[in-house]
Amino acid sequence: MAESRRPRDEGADVVPIGTSGRPGRGTGRQRPSAAARNLAPQSRKGSVPRPVRATGPAAPGAQGPTPAPASGDATGARPAARTEERHPLAGIPVTDWLEAFQHAAVELFGDEWERRLAELMAFMRRRLTGDYTVDEYGFDPEVTERFLMAALRPIAQKWFRVEVRGVDNIPATGGALVVSNHSGTVPVDGLMTMVAVHDATGRFLRPLGADLVFKLPVVSSLARRSGATLACSEDAERMLSGGELVGVWPEGFKGIGKPFSERYKLQRFGRGGFVSAALRTGVPIVPLSVVGAEEIYPLVGNIPSLARLLGVPYIPITPLFPWLGPLGMVPLPSKWLLEFGEPIRTDEYDAVEAEDPMLVFDVTDQVRETIQQTLYTLLRERDSVFR
Amino acid sequence: MGRVVLVTGISRDIARRFARAAASDPSIDRVVGVDVVPPRGDIGEVSFVRADIRTPVIAKVLAKEDVDTVVHMSVIATPGSAGGRNTMKELNVMGTMQLLAACQKAPGVERVVVKSTTTVYGASSRDPAMFTEEMGPKRLPSSGYAKDVYEVEGYVRGFARRRPDVAVTMIRAANVIGPHVSSPITSYFRLPVIPRILGFDPRLQFLHEEDLLAVLRHAAVAGPPGTYNVAGDGILMLSQAVRRLGKPSVALPAVAVGRLGSALRQARMADFSPEQLGFLTYGRGVDTTRMRAELGFEPRFTTASAFADFGVSLGVSPRGPHGPAGPALAGVPSEARRG
Repeated sequence: MAESRRPRDEGADVVPIGTSGRPGRGTGRQRPSAAARNLAPQSRKGSVPRPVRATGPAAPGAQGPTPAPASGDATGARPAARTEERHPLAGIPVTDWLEAFQHAAVELFGDEWERRLAELMAFMRRRLTGDYTVDEYGFDPEVTERFLMAALRPIAQKWFRVEVRGVDNIPATGGALVVSNHSGTVPVDGLMTMVAVHDATGRFLRPLGADLVFKLPVVSSLARRSGATLACSEDAERMLSGGELVGVWPEGFKGIGKPFSERYKLQRFGRGGFVSAALRTGVPIVPLSVVGAEEIYPLVGNIPSLARLLGVPYIPITPLFPWLGPLGMVPLPSKWLLEFGEPIRTDEYDAVEAEDPMLVFDVTDQVRETIQQTLYTLLRERDSVFR
Repeated sequence: MGRVVLVTGISRDIARRFARAAASDPSIDRVVGVDVVPPRGDIGEVSFVRADIRTPVIAKVLAKEDVDTVVHMSVIATPGSAGGRNTMKELNVMGTMQLLAACQKAPGVERVVVKSTTTVYGASSRDPAMFTEEMGPKRLPSSGYAKDVYEVEGYVRGFARRRPDVAVTMIRAANVIGPHVSSPITSYFRLPVIPRILGFDPRLQFLHEEDLLAVLRHAAVAGPPGTYNVAGDGILMLSQAVRRLGKPSVALPAVAVGRLGSALRQARMADFSPEQLGFLTYGRGVDTTRMRAELGFEPRFTTASAFADFGVSLGVSPRGPHGPAGPALAGVPSEARRG
């Protein structure tokens, strides 16, 4: 059938072979009739009992029930016995492959798939040959944007349904210090803030992390790569004077490790080191209040002795962890609200005043009060933890 | 009047090359090289004096040769080359003490240049991203090269206090790298498989050997007194550096890397010092603002290009292990390649 349509290169007389359903060749049940055999040119005699492979629609039927070769000989009417095991890919032409590949590429990358694919290949090549640059803190914007942000974005949007307010308060250019409350047992709020800031403004938030972050394997290299640096005055001032948007969580471990009963009560704001850094560099302080992070892992207990043994600030016990094992590590899907408050300007003070402890305490208290009041307002607005 | 420069530790390749380069400088009259063993290579016009800087003989050399500039380059990092850790400490600390004592007694000495290293800042999880010259190590080094250098710097500062008329320039060089350098870090990168510390990716900064020679010469001729960090621009992560070399690497826990290091040291395959383990865990970056603003020195190589030059000596083609922009990229529009 397929055979009949295909032109042969034997000269003028193209002989159609096939019986169109009549008994004889092509039914797969009998040997071709003598008439049919005579129709075939002499030169092609060898190929008369055709192997069934690649004959289009006839192939599956012929392949179906394959009897044992011995019994096939006895009945004398089983060409299927002679078939080789057909490779699953052998029958698909190259053009089909290419088409499928193109479809997949369009599905994956959209209409401009060729360009996108080339970009991806170039990206992979750059990564494999180390042909990329990091800044002096070890920040790798490419990998942060492509992997970290891409992985965290669905969590922020679908799981926590992060709602961001007051984005206009983040300066579009120049150094600024975002000061936030800290909560949630595991610093997920920092990661969500990074995603929210990047998606809202296109700027990368450079977090300042505790030295524990840089002591832990894996975490330390991830932190440096995603733009974090150590929370010390040298690094803070260096980053701020370099015009970066720096994020700081002055409550530190006191904030994330506080019991659930004390949720949304701000802890002491360190020693105000972040304020002196902002005063010295004259950058605005943007207060950020995060509601929702407290409920992701409600901390109801702590194992201080084990924590001391492991050298970490606390070992959390939540209603789910460690009881449910790894499942207990899934955060509760609370609804998050992030509100950036009005920037507190520090450029009206000169750098000498950064040395005045009273001024530093005043500004610290001002930032702390702003965040605390905003937290109360947001909590009143929220009808439920999970909606 | 031209200058007379005394170079210590001339048996080592980098000091010998510095001495030769200094001898060809028009503003330098004469260069005297001092060491306990004669230098192996060609020293050109440099005159060699066999003297041990750990003994008072060095004072006589200073007086006899009428030296006005001392370049101290014999603080060594590799116990293997010195013949053991004890000898290394002797050479580094006692040698510096005797040399400085001799300088203090020599009225003719006007300028002292000491080649120090950024190892003095140590490496720990509490380090700031970039060390400036005023900062010290977060934890005092307890042993090895880092401790030697820390002590040497202390003596140099003491000398600068006692002889305020002498211009003392201390060059804190980042890890020196280049085709001819044999140091703990170059032997590390020359290993066939590079062991990394699991879960850490240190930041590295390099200084090309030619830039080291240039900055020492600059300091010996015109350097203002003070302490200066000297490093190539930019940062390389260790993972990035390994990929640029196109070498396989294996990530091991810190303990295993330490064991491997001491095994390699005993097998004399690589000088893998314990303080290098800290460096390969936490890395280090130094601020070079003062190098440009006050010392007035501009390195010719960046960290990346210095490392690339070192890679060429290991047989890596300059554009990475797969040659300049592989054939797969030939059809890619240039804007896509950038994006």
